[in-house]
Amino acid sequence: MENLINIFVKSIFIDNMIFAYFLGMCSYLAVSKTVKTSVGLGIAVIFVLGITVPVDYLINNYLLRKGALSWLGGEFANVDLNFLSFIMFIAVIASMVQLVEMVIEKFSPTLYASLGIFLPLIAVNCAILGGSLFMQERDYGSIAEATAFGLGSGIGWFLAIVAIAAIREKIRYSNVPKPLRGLGITFIITGLMGIAFMSFMGIKL
Amino acid sequence: MSTAKTEREPMFSAKIKKLLLGPLNKDNPITVQVLGICSALAVTVKLEPAFVMALSVTAVTAISNLSISLLRNTIPPRIRIIVQLTVIAALVILVDQILKAYVYDVSKQLSVFVGLIITNCIIMGRLEAFAMANKPWPSFVDGVGNGVGYGIILIIVAFFRELLGSGTIWGYHVMPKAFYELGYVNNGLMILPPMALIVVGIIIWVQRAKNPDLQEEN
Repeated sequence: MENLINIFVKSIFIDNMIFAYFLGMCSYLAVSKTVKTSVGLGIAVIFVLGITVPVDYLINNYLLRKGALSWLGGEFANVDLNFLSFIMFIAVIASMVQLVEMVIEKFSPTLYASLGIFLPLIAVNCAILGGSLFMQERDYGSIAEATAFGLGSGIGWFLAIVAIAAIREKIRYSNVPKPLRGLGITFIITGLMGIAFMSFMGIKL
Repeated sequence: MSTAKTEREPMFSAKIKKLLLGPLNKDNPITVQVLGICSALAVTVKLEPAFVMALSVTAVTAISNLSISLLRNTIPPRIRIIVQLTVIAALVILVDQILKAYVYDVSKQLSVFVGLIITNCIIMGRLEAFAMANKPWPSFVDGVGNGVGYGIILIIVAFFRELLGSGTIWGYHVMPKAFYELGYVNNGLMILPPMALIVVGIIIWVQRAKNPDLQEEN
């Protein structure tokens, strides 16, 4: 249990998807103009990461890894399908996003309406594929750990985009040098926030 | 142009040249179109991985643009995203295997970011915006142009981060010894991820100061 909390907190603050790895920057920059839309996108990312990382964990462990196919019988014990992981992960993500979209539409039309266009766009958000690839690289021991990592990364991403949206709403009132307005200042603020987030480094539960 | 107005365009017409050179400055994928930032920043600590990354992205953009443009009349519009992703993923797997075979160290440093070329918005963006509607040769040139435009920013950022962060360029020490004796210290902050963002922010600042028509309202 302690291990799970550790992974969870670590993926929110220390290994933050945006401030430590710059994943999902495209939508982070494009959708962070107002707080309201960024909350919607953030929730969608938490949702999708929380589902795709464990699913990709299962696929990695029972299909792709070296020796993963041994449940089929002894002759498959040496098969290594690792080179297929990119294509498998992206297929899983694209289909999961589609599935999640249909499920939400069926069971919670209000949430569906508030997420709107962001849900399908998530398929090409690098944070999602990055989550699965980091999960594969770091070799988490159980599906619970993978889930904790997925949810934690999603929440970290959510925090980052909501924070930058709030700052961008306020920065409209300040006198930024003309060439720096818009994109430039957003980059620099994100960098400064990243430096602030570095103060969490080394925290262990 | 006016002398031989045949139906075949010359290989290097003015339009093609614009496709190739536009992304280097006024139409840069990173600083103007804001595409593909994700992988751009994480690989720029040292010049060598940045260069390899730039090369890989250029190759994938150019070849995927070419293949999608060849396929563009046969792809049903409803499933085009999946087709595009499959083409890109297949190319990225090739790139990944080649890197692992020839430059294993660099491929280890790039870690997941090779895989993340798949979701690099530059590639998807160019496929959607250009290759789906244009002939193979201009699409190929457009891919090369955008890949190089992306690579240039990567290399500039990596150059400054490596020079100021560790005093080296391409692994060779270039900061003179005398500087260190006078009390110069490598700026350790440059190696850390946040500085990549700030360097790109400054590049954008310089570029927009030179091209006022790129400036935004707020």
